[in-house]
Amino acid sequence: MSVLKFASTDQPGRNGLLALVKAKTGQDVLACYQCGKCSAGCPLSSAMDLAPHQVLRAVQLGQRDLVFQSSAIWLCVTCQTCYTRCPQEVDLPRVMDALRSQALQEKIRPAERTVKVFHDVFLGLVERFGRLYEVGLIGGYNLLARQPLASADLGLPMLTRGKLELIPRRVKDQEQIKAIFKRAAELELEEITGQSVAAAPPASVPS
Amino acid sequence: MPRIGVFVCHCGTNIAATVDCGGVAEAARGFPGVVHATDFTYLCAEAGQRKIQDAIAEHRLNRVVVASCSPRMHEPTFRKAVAQAGLNPYLMEMANIREHCSWVHADRQVATAKATEIIRMVVAKVARNEPLTAKQVGLTKKLLVIGGGIAGIQAALDVANAGHQVTLVERTPTIGGKMAMLDKTFPTLDCSACILTPRMVELSQHPNIELRTYAEVLSVKGFVGNFEVEILQKARKVNHLTCTGCGTCWQKCPEKNVPSEFDVGMGRRTAIYIPFPQAVPNKPVIDTANCRYVRHLAAKERGEKLMECRVCEKLCPTKSIDWEQKDEIIVDRFGAIIVANGYDTFDHSVYGEYGYGKYPDVITGLQLERLMNASGPTKGEVVRPSDGKHPHSVVFLACVGSRDDKVGRPYCSKICCMYTAKHALMLKEHDPNIQTYVFYIDIRAAGRGYEEFVRRVQEEYGSTYIRGRVSWIYPQDGKLMIKGEDTLLGRPVEVEADLVVLATGITAAKGAVDLMQTIGISYDTYGFINEMHPKLRPVETNTDGVYLAGCASGPKDIPDSVSQASAAAVKVCGLFSQDYLTTDPMTSVVDQMKCVGCFLCEEVCPFRAVERETLRGGKVVARINESVCKGCGLCVAACRGEALNLKGFTDQQLLAQVTALLRA
Repeated sequence: MSVLKFASTDQPGRNGLLALVKAKTGQDVLACYQCGKCSAGCPLSSAMDLAPHQVLRAVQLGQRDLVFQSSAIWLCVTCQTCYTRCPQEVDLPRVMDALRSQALQEKIRPAERTVKVFHDVFLGLVERFGRLYEVGLIGGYNLLARQPLASADLGLPMLTRGKLELIPRRVKDQEQIKAIFKRAAELELEEITGQSVAAAPPASVPS
Repeated sequence: MPRIGVFVCHCGTNIAATVDCGGVAEAARGFPGVVHATDFTYLCAEAGQRKIQDAIAEHRLNRVVVASCSPRMHEPTFRKAVAQAGLNPYLMEMANIREHCSWVHADRQVATAKATEIIRMVVAKVARNEPLTAKQVGLTKKLLVIGGGIAGIQAALDVANAGHQVTLVERTPTIGGKMAMLDKTFPTLDCSACILTPRMVELSQHPNIELRTYAEVLSVKGFVGNFEVEILQKARKVNHLTCTGCGTCWQKCPEKNVPSEFDVGMGRRTAIYIPFPQAVPNKPVIDTANCRYVRHLAAKERGEKLMECRVCEKLCPTKSIDWEQKDEIIVDRFGAIIVANGYDTFDHSVYGEYGYGKYPDVITGLQLERLMNASGPTKGEVVRPSDGKHPHSVVFLACVGSRDDKVGRPYCSKICCMYTAKHALMLKEHDPNIQTYVFYIDIRAAGRGYEEFVRRVQEEYGSTYIRGRVSWIYPQDGKLMIKGEDTLLGRPVEVEADLVVLATGITAAKGAVDLMQTIGISYDTYGFINEMHPKLRPVETNTDGVYLAGCASGPKDIPDSVSQASAAAVKVCGLFSQDYLTTDPMTSVVDQMKCVGCFLCEEVCPFRAVERETLRGGKVVARINESVCKGCGLCVAACRGEALNLKGFTDQQLLAQVTALLRA
């Protein structure tokens, strides 16, 4: 088990991770007093390598590797149960989100690869069609997750009952969707570079 | 001839549901000496009491048995009732047919038979009751306070302000106690000296208070209202009547290397000294173990040569140095005693894993207080004792000598969580670049504003709290390595520190047990005083007239100690508001004709009520001090010659009870 080390030369405020989370989310993780109520109510904590309160503890101690290599940040489904119940009002789902996005920015391999695959396929489809295309999601996810025949037995019954449409539908105004994705990419770049990317909203997007 | 009246109470249905009260009264009419017996729904009610009083007059009763509940609640009620009817209150006896009978039995027939037997026994006893009279003794309205810490100071001031005389005895050369050693107080961060020293001065100038520092209590005799106490006034070698406290002597004393008790070894003092600048009294004492002149005299006696000094004597402008001054014993009388002998901190040298107390940069919380204090040995600079450098990384260990059965201290010292948080905060205030780590088991911050304070230290002052006990401290490259565990993450932790501060717990003050034995009060395994009742009588000891305050009865913070001191003061004022004390007449009595003077009774008496009396023939016999005797009966049981008897429970009475039961 890795030893948590603190050198006597450590500077106050050295905890970059704490500052990063604060900058990304506005959340003061030091407010967490480790009561464990978040982990007690989390529907997924049993599957996580670090329980939700331990993720916060690792942030408090500035343990980057522990946090970014954990499965917990990827398994969190942002259900908000923890935040709703937290006595110290720490927005844990927001912290999880920030940690995921930071992990991606730092190109750290997600501990749960398929979660990332799902997000990628899902967002790819939304970007393309402006809405979800189930058959594309199932197919794309199964291929990229290297499990092509997963849940295949459900395919035919769903098709015959008209639950799946083979032909994708599109939203009417594709331009708006494009503008949203463009702005999201700009915001992300802003966060990484720290400089604001001048982007007047396109005329077609109602403000 | 006894004319006994028996009154059987129904207690609503409490007794009547299981006992045939009318039947019992009927049966009681046949017992020897009974001239009247009846039953009633509630005898404790006014109508019930009147019924008893009327019967006393009508039937010329001279003994009364009330068959009802336990005497604990209503014995005073019925004693008063019969007294109003002109009967000596001790000629009334209660037969407990509720707790001992109706409440614990279901079968009505059996319960009724048992109630009858209980009453039969009490009737046999009451026939042999003698009238008893409570005695009155005078009292000395003067209080002795032992210990001059904040608890003792507060108690002394409160009682003195109520108009009573107080003598305060303090072992060290100054009052102020541990609080005077502190830099700041949690959670308000008040300067400790700033709030304490005005009280110290007020005490020393109070017309009702006699202050005796550098003194100890040698012996305590007597009883509530009338204690006789021997006080040892240690020789100061300085005449405090003429000394002005100018300071020339302690500035010029050449012996400058004595470890200062007040600075817990962090600083040095001279041989003639005051413990700290605001000491009260602000006049020095000579520490004879370190004084060069005293050592010279001792060497001369051994035939050796050692330089004579006497610098203080030569320089003193008022000629106050008095080499001839000797220890003195003062005897005084007091009506009450408040024990506020305080505490000491746990000696951490038993912990090998923390360096046996030998690593210079592993210090205690109290030592850190002295380092942080602006009038302390480093003028408020927090530096490493080893090399005088400012520390950058400081690690605190909570629960050192607390919650640890292995070192015989299973209890929580209560104040360490808070003072450690205060230290972590204060260090940041001293130097914002300091990193602090606190290893703890639990945070116990119960008190107004306490939890908020500890949160602030973590959230605003960025102190890293790590949940887990440190297993090992070892030196490495001039630093200290601390190995612990973050039990929240379940991972080992290593911290490199410049300074380690141990939150050493509270233990009973040195010599506490000797003091408790001298006074004659009970104490627990750890040397803390046992209260008379932990909840309802928390400032009384098991000896009448002896009260307690502060850490004498276990770990307490300043507000608790002060509250307790004021509470003890009120108890003393209550006692002193009486002009005489009334004693319970149910005490032991010695038949001096039978007493052989073995004094087994003296050994078993928990209240020290047995005294020795020399008869005219020279025979030494026991005598019971009725003011002290609690009527527990231990001496009666111990007496081999049947010389002792307990009034109200004489052997004759008890045997009559047993005989009555056996003959039935």
